[in-house]
Amino acid sequence: MSQHNVHDVRTSAANQYVTVRIGGQRFGLPIAAVHEVFVPEQVTRVPLAPKEVEGVLNLRGRIVTTIDLRQLLGFPPSDAKEKMAVGIEYKSESFGLIIDEVGEVMHLEEALEPCPPNLDPRWAEIVKGVYHVSGELMLILDVEAALARVTVALAA
Amino acid sequence: MDELLREFLTETNESLDVADVELVKFEQEPNNAAILNNIFRLVHTIKGTCGFIGLPRLAKLAHAAETLMDKFREGVPVTPAAVSLVLKTIDRIKDILAKLEENGGQEPEGSDADLIELLEKMAAGETVSEEVVEEAEVTVGTIVDQVLERPLMPGEIPLDELERIFRETEVENPAAKGKTKAKKAPAKAKEKASSSEEKPSPAAAPAKKEEPETKAPVAKAPETPAKKPVEDQPAANNSSSVSSQSIRVNLDALEHLMTMVSELVLTRNQLMEIARRQEDSDFKVSLQRLSTVTAELQEGVMRTRMQPIGHAWQKLPRIVRDLAQDLGKQIELEMVGADTELDRQVLDLIKDPLTHMVRNSADHGLETTEERRLAGKPEKGLVRLSAFHEGGHIIIEISDDGRGLNTDRIREKALENRLATEAELAKMSDAQIHRFIFHAGFSTAEKVTSVSGRGVGMDVVRSNIEIIGGNVDVRSTQGKGSTFVIKIPLTLAIVPALIVEVAGERFAVPQLAVVELVRIQPDSEHKIERLKDAPVLRLRDKLLPIVHLGALLGSVKDELADQESGFIAVMQVGNQIFGVIVDAVFHTEEIVVKPMSSMLRHIGMFSGSTILGDGRVIMIVDPNGVAQQAASSIEQTIATATADAQEQEESNDAVSMLVFRAGGREPKAVPLSLVTRLEEFETEKVEWAGGQPILNYRGALIPLVYVNHEVEQRTTGTQPMLVFSDDGNTMGLVVDEIVDIVQEPLNIELPSETPGLLGSAVLGGKATDIVDISHFLEIAFRDAPEQAERKGKKLLFVGGNVFYRNMVEPILRSAGYRVSLASSAEDALAQITEGHRFDLVVTDLDTPAMDPAAFAAAIRGQAEMQHVPLMALGSAKSRVRPGEENLIGFDRITTKIDRSELIAAIKQCAPIYGEAA
Repeated sequence: MSQHNVHDVRTSAANQYVTVRIGGQRFGLPIAAVHEVFVPEQVTRVPLAPKEVEGVLNLRGRIVTTIDLRQLLGFPPSDAKEKMAVGIEYKSESFGLIIDEVGEVMHLEEALEPCPPNLDPRWAEIVKGVYHVSGELMLILDVEAALARVTVALAA
Repeated sequence: MDELLREFLTETNESLDVADVELVKFEQEPNNAAILNNIFRLVHTIKGTCGFIGLPRLAKLAHAAETLMDKFREGVPVTPAAVSLVLKTIDRIKDILAKLEENGGQEPEGSDADLIELLEKMAAGETVSEEVVEEAEVTVGTIVDQVLERPLMPGEIPLDELERIFRETEVENPAAKGKTKAKKAPAKAKEKASSSEEKPSPAAAPAKKEEPETKAPVAKAPETPAKKPVEDQPAANNSSSVSSQSIRVNLDALEHLMTMVSELVLTRNQLMEIARRQEDSDFKVSLQRLSTVTAELQEGVMRTRMQPIGHAWQKLPRIVRDLAQDLGKQIELEMVGADTELDRQVLDLIKDPLTHMVRNSADHGLETTEERRLAGKPEKGLVRLSAFHEGGHIIIEISDDGRGLNTDRIREKALENRLATEAELAKMSDAQIHRFIFHAGFSTAEKVTSVSGRGVGMDVVRSNIEIIGGNVDVRSTQGKGSTFVIKIPLTLAIVPALIVEVAGERFAVPQLAVVELVRIQPDSEHKIERLKDAPVLRLRDKLLPIVHLGALLGSVKDELADQESGFIAVMQVGNQIFGVIVDAVFHTEEIVVKPMSSMLRHIGMFSGSTILGDGRVIMIVDPNGVAQQAASSIEQTIATATADAQEQEESNDAVSMLVFRAGGREPKAVPLSLVTRLEEFETEKVEWAGGQPILNYRGALIPLVYVNHEVEQRTTGTQPMLVFSDDGNTMGLVVDEIVDIVQEPLNIELPSETPGLLGSAVLGGKATDIVDISHFLEIAFRDAPEQAERKGKKLLFVGGNVFYRNMVEPILRSAGYRVSLASSAEDALAQITEGHRFDLVVTDLDTPAMDPAAFAAAIRGQAEMQHVPLMALGSAKSRVRPGEENLIGFDRITTKIDRSELIAAIKQCAPIYGEAA
């Protein structure tokens, strides 16, 4: 593990990631953050909500707030019918991150590389680092930072 | 901490709270032996338990207090100083208890020698006089001889003596606490014998209604007076009553139970939804059963969470007493309805606001004794706290008979804090101005002083109450006192809600806020009208402002674009009543309120979310949020409306005109302010007298006048009329149809020669005849005006605005004055110079090219007019306002908007039938 890699703090233990695709780009979510993967159904739009909030839905009796990651990351809205959601907990509330598709769970031994400096600053804020996986870049999402951004936007 | 100690702490804290209350009561009624005995018993219990558990410091302190109390019982006079000392001791005990809890059962270090010394001194300083013997109540029960296993402390009373006191003291529910105690520790019964039966309930007042104990307690120490009949219902006048039969349940357990019941309700709703879709389902019957049981369970669990509001009041007598001493005021705290129950969650949340408000009432509301005496009020100020149920709400009122809110100061502060402009304030009623005290930021800088107006933290109080879906309002009369009214829902967890649809989306609206539902259809009697641009609904002669839920939620772009059908939910929040348009209304459903995500909490329009029977999540609309939005959107429309109007007109104010049709095609109109009421009368009830149609209206016969002969004289059904009345003269002006109310600047463009018409003006884009009411009043009361003119005083009305002059004239005339009109200051002065004499001069301040001060001086310059009262009518635009009479040398300035106010002011300046006439 390289000494100068300051971003590589937490990922050394069990580097397992749930890979997802959003707008063609591959992202990784730390497996510890992911509670479940589900198909979002019967999402109720919430008027006046921040644009990143897609709506609320009932997941086995729990009310889950769904966040549109495409919107959050600045991708155009998807026209795909089938969407997927990754269920996470943040500040003891349930959230569903809406993504295009879910891939495999990856175990990565090598160290996380820092974000390339020319990464869109909007992304850099919520991306912890990058992996090279089978000739493709996989961005590791900082889930908390991503959700915090929605909340911070409110305060502003 | 061991179980016993924990129980001791809870119970002792409770007992101390009761002792607090009782002591304050005792101070006022030093001769009430029952109260004294109660306190004595409480203190003794504490002492006994302390000794038993091994808390010597507490025991000693309690013992010293007990000794003093015992002296009181023996007849030593009770002084406030002594009571203060005992209260202080109780505070110390509380402190020690708090530390005891922190330390996990270890008594804190420290000495109470100071207090004990004082207590002993006070006890010893008096001579022992005759023992107080009160009427002993016959008690059924066996008394077992008791042996104390330690020597008596100085001043301590032997056990059998104590036993006697207990039997003689009327106790409300001795069995309840005895039962819990005894059940828990039958083994300890023997050791604990003395403390066990000395641990009565903290209940105080004598039992009022006695019912035989049916649910017999199981194990009981023989010496507890268990067979004594137990009162089930707490006495109504007893603020310190606790439920008679109770067990302690961990709060978490109860909360958990509630959550589970909520889930059950949701599941039931889902099942019902499924069953609804399936015809002839086998489930139906059992599902029905499940549904009933769930409902009952829900109610039952709810009830376990209910607590009498008295719990939140317990500390108040003490607080008020201390405040009274600190402030040097005499304050009586009256508490009514302490046994009104509400959800404990709600109870917890209102405790602090309530305390704050009572403090406020005592501190700022009530005057000092001196001030009260000067104001001719009883020296003792009253703070009254009352609670009662109303619908699904509980209403709590905190009132005082103090100085009332200082309207002027609030107005000043509102102006200072830019909460409203001067013009806005001028239009507001006192009640509206008073409400500013609930505004955020209103309370800040103002330090608590005896002269400061109220408003310390009232915004916090308001927001606390609004969080739980309640609201708070204030009524106040200067010099008479103020009343704060809090309205809160009984429970927060499960509420009935109306499911509505807006723009294809469903929402839940809490039913408590919905007063009624109105269906709007193109042909129905209810349709949306427009007052300027603001949509309104005419509902039983009241105009309600209307908002579109979809527009508030941003789902509908074009607000009310020809909304012809749908529903209006008439909602009430506080004093604000408004209509909310929705597309469809489905059904009501018991919904379980689930908190919203932090990301959505900033949306003021929603209070939470819930899961419907079909499994979908929907948002719960927050009536408070809607009310706020509605208020601002309505204000905005009015603001733009008035802004438009001001741009358009130079010298005219926008006037509300009632437009109606009476014969002919063109609409007619009268100023709305002249109309007393709009009525539909039954044409069959019209009678004729002296060739004139009359109608029995509200118990009096009034003449009916048809606007012209073209007006249809219906013989069946009903016909609309405008009712004008003044000073007992009431007439009905019969018309064909009431069309609308428009608010527009009025310019009479074509003066009319036709009697009964002032002229024509453009209203709502149409040429409209403006009706001259004075003409019809004359027709209706052919003799009356002459009579009045013979007797009445002479009044000169000076006003540059033709229309306003014509509007005011009939009002003044019908009030009994002889009226002369002048269009300008010069005109008026000319009339005076010509030798006309007047008893009163009323001047419209908005008359162009008139300097009111110069005008007043000119009139006063006339020898015979020196002492004539001068009255000015101002509008919001006038440079001077009421209260600034001296600036322009007038006797009185009043606003010209309100007719009855105008008449009242004029009558004050010049009584109609005065000696000078």
